[in-house]
Amino acid sequence: MNLLLLAAFWGVLMMFLSVLGISRSRIRLVAQWGMGLLFLSTAAEMQGFVLYDLNAPEMLRVDRYALVLLAILSGCGFLYFLLSATDMAKVGSDYSEYFALIFFVFCGFVLVLSFTSLLMLFLGIEIVTIPLYILTGADKRNLKSNEASLKYFLLGAFSTGLMLMGITMVYGARGSFSSMELVGASGIPTQLLLGGLFLMLFSMAFKVSVAPFHFWTPDVYDGAPTVFTSFMATLVKVAAFAGFFRLFDHAFTSLTPAWQVWAGVLSVCTLMIGNITAVFQQSVKRLLAYSSIAQAGFMMLGIYGLGGVAKEGMVLYAASYSLATIGIFAVLTRMQDYTLEGFNGLAKERPWVAASLTIFLLSLAGIPLTAGFLAKFYMLQAAVEAKYGLAVVIVSVLMAAVSVYYYFRILQAMYFRERSEEVSFPVFSSGFVRVLMLLAALILVMGVQPGWLLRYLYF
Amino acid sequence: MIALLLVLLPLIGGGLVFFLPRPAAVRPLSLLMALSTLCAVVLGLTLYAGIDSWSFDAEWIQPLGARFTLKGDVLGKWMSMLAALGSVLSVLGSWNTDRKKPQRFYGLLLWMQAGMTIVFLSADAFLFYFGWELALIPAYFLSSIWGGERRIAVTIKFFLYTFVGSVLMLIGLIYLHGLTPDGSFQWQAFRNLELEESKQVWLFWLFFLAFAIKVPLFPFHTWQPDTYEQVPTPVTLLLSGVMVKMGVVAMIRWLLPILDIGVFIWSDVLICLAVVGILYASLIAIRQDDLKRLIAYSSIAHMGLTVAALFSLTGFSNNSNVVLQYHLIGFQGVMLQLFSHGVNIMGMWLLADRIESRFGTRKLSELGGLARTAPTLTIFFVVIALANIALPLTNAFPGEFLQFNAIFHAQSPYRIVFLIGSGLGVILSAIYTLNMIRRIFYGETNSATENGLRFSIAEALALSVVVGLILLFGIYPQAALDFTNEYAWEYVKSIDITRFLTK
Repeated sequence: MNLLLLAAFWGVLMMFLSVLGISRSRIRLVAQWGMGLLFLSTAAEMQGFVLYDLNAPEMLRVDRYALVLLAILSGCGFLYFLLSATDMAKVGSDYSEYFALIFFVFCGFVLVLSFTSLLMLFLGIEIVTIPLYILTGADKRNLKSNEASLKYFLLGAFSTGLMLMGITMVYGARGSFSSMELVGASGIPTQLLLGGLFLMLFSMAFKVSVAPFHFWTPDVYDGAPTVFTSFMATLVKVAAFAGFFRLFDHAFTSLTPAWQVWAGVLSVCTLMIGNITAVFQQSVKRLLAYSSIAQAGFMMLGIYGLGGVAKEGMVLYAASYSLATIGIFAVLTRMQDYTLEGFNGLAKERPWVAASLTIFLLSLAGIPLTAGFLAKFYMLQAAVEAKYGLAVVIVSVLMAAVSVYYYFRILQAMYFRERSEEVSFPVFSSGFVRVLMLLAALILVMGVQPGWLLRYLYF
Repeated sequence: MIALLLVLLPLIGGGLVFFLPRPAAVRPLSLLMALSTLCAVVLGLTLYAGIDSWSFDAEWIQPLGARFTLKGDVLGKWMSMLAALGSVLSVLGSWNTDRKKPQRFYGLLLWMQAGMTIVFLSADAFLFYFGWELALIPAYFLSSIWGGERRIAVTIKFFLYTFVGSVLMLIGLIYLHGLTPDGSFQWQAFRNLELEESKQVWLFWLFFLAFAIKVPLFPFHTWQPDTYEQVPTPVTLLLSGVMVKMGVVAMIRWLLPILDIGVFIWSDVLICLAVVGILYASLIAIRQDDLKRLIAYSSIAHMGLTVAALFSLTGFSNNSNVVLQYHLIGFQGVMLQLFSHGVNIMGMWLLADRIESRFGTRKLSELGGLARTAPTLTIFFVVIALANIALPLTNAFPGEFLQFNAIFHAQSPYRIVFLIGSGLGVILSAIYTLNMIRRIFYGETNSATENGLRFSIAEALALSVVVGLILLFGIYPQAALDFTNEYAWEYVKSIDITRFLTK
């Protein structure tokens, strides 16, 4: 609960800072401190230090799962601010407001991760997405950014409508908004309940860009300013997935036979579409958009499999995927040329940046020694036991092999090709490179000792 | 402690070399690291031969039940010796070649060795998979940065091929892991599973594909000639001399004892594939003009024979010692040949590299008359090439002979066909090898070859080691047979599926 209070306070604070006319470097500093504080307060809450005890178990309950994920999100958010906060200034003049909006999104994260009532889930999703519509269109004079914002808003509103419809039908069937399944709620499920269940499944699938509800993703990710794409593709996506997981882990356990196969179908579709389309991309930004769809397919395996292993996998996936993607986007934002050719010869001139990028890419591809491998490993382990699990798992590892192909294209460009004359690489400050290497080191440490993170799930 | 040392020495040594500031010290330091690993193996074989010094067990990833378990059985010792030898030879063989960024090159080379050693020694499936990939990543970078002209396309093909195989194996590992009662990855726990036939039949393929791609076995071999051609020679040396042996070692340790019924059911199909592969690769090798591609295809043929012999070992002995004895000597042949072929092919690569760097070509049609102008090269080449076709008194002869023995005694209705097929392979290999010798060393000299070739001390040393080993195991194979005897006997008893009949 600490995070909710602090994030709301800091969001308001950032809004007022813009009126006071403080210099941009100060604003950035306040935002970075604030995010660091969010992380620390969440870490403190795990040790039992609670600022304000909101006693509303029917609405929100901050359990270990929520806390660990919030810590990951705010920690990654802190690193994201360290890496990319300067780049936000290039988007437009409303510097302080961008930070305010991101802090408000964090308020939404708390609701999405700790809801016990379907209404809270709905509220959380709305609090997360509405600031995002604004951030997507933040580059006001760019037509692509405007288009992306409008597209995101229209489709987002549509899927929210579906979700509300679903919640209504579930309420109609159960007579309660509680997302905890009522004890003894067995028997034959009614049509109403199943209808609500599937509407919620589809609308959540839309939010996390799972195929075939993914069509908005490449356009929105491509059109939005790259710094904000980084935020949407990582933290927002991970939080939505964690909420998705929480919903299906709690609310519909006894209905598992009805939806599990469909979750498997969705994840197979996502993996195939995301990975195969990514192969044909020439722009790294679009490639990352498809890669994020492909990674969503793997996270979907967790929802398909459910259970304790899947929960651990979700946590690992959240951390490894966010860290790696934030790192890649932070470098991409500063590149002149977003195409693959733009990365040619990077390793020769910026060896440390290239080395960190290598680790991020290997992690996304799921190569051992990196956290990405273990995250995939947990997901596969969770899914293999489910109904038709073996077939789903075989398809997903084959698709992971496809993903190696396109991630390695960036590697090939950086290491094995020569820089073309007209491209020049940006100068990365030493602080930036150090944070990047810290990200890479975290990925490696988690890849060898995941237990150091996962034990927080239990005590 | 020895087992841990064998992993840590190249791992730490690779790190030291990788970040070394001065390029001049790179080669001495990496040779030192490689030699000290070899010394550790020799110590482990002589003074500290007990199982205690070859075992290491530590807590690793607790939530998964994965442990860091190394256990050097005889197979592990035998193969880690080959790995250590391979990296010594590859450093020595490239002693006089200048490369850009030698720190990175030799650092990655040593890491590759560490990965392979983990594969050979691990008794935990998760660790095994780790090492399997850890060997692959440095190989990928080595090949893509320092390789030939078509390196980028070729190495990604190599990487994707092996990656597809290994992720399928990963599913198999996860599945078996789920079935163990205590959720562990230990070899012993997998071994105790005793799965029913219906599961083994399909699980077999998940593992087999990974191993077959690595070996490589026909029809999964298409990555191999291209890769061997494009990759820098010190890496090819390790790839073909040691890394492809990972495939066979994995079959020996993780396939035959664990999925024994699955292996038995498919053994006819597999031996058939292997024999077709021997003939196919040999026929292509005859038509090759490129020295490196010729060696690559000959390697496919020889590994095919080893796999055929290995899968001939499964079956029912009905507790008869006679059958088990046949299996025993067949298995000893496989082990002997794993080492011998590794040594021989490393020698072949050293020579092929030297020929290419000296004469600027590796086309047989552009070479000729070297017997007159480069007698030392000729002697080394002929000895190693004859060892490659398993002439008596060379190290490959006892190995291949015992392997034929195994195929002849296979419990398969087609064993005579298999025997004839693989026997034909030997004749074909004699044809292409002698043909190669004729075209390189006899005939007219041309402008390139008339100046001859001299070896540096490092190269001569490396080649002498190879020739020495060829003669040692050729004249006195009993040394290797004594070394493997006890382990091989336990092993053939453990893969015998008679126990399933009596149950």
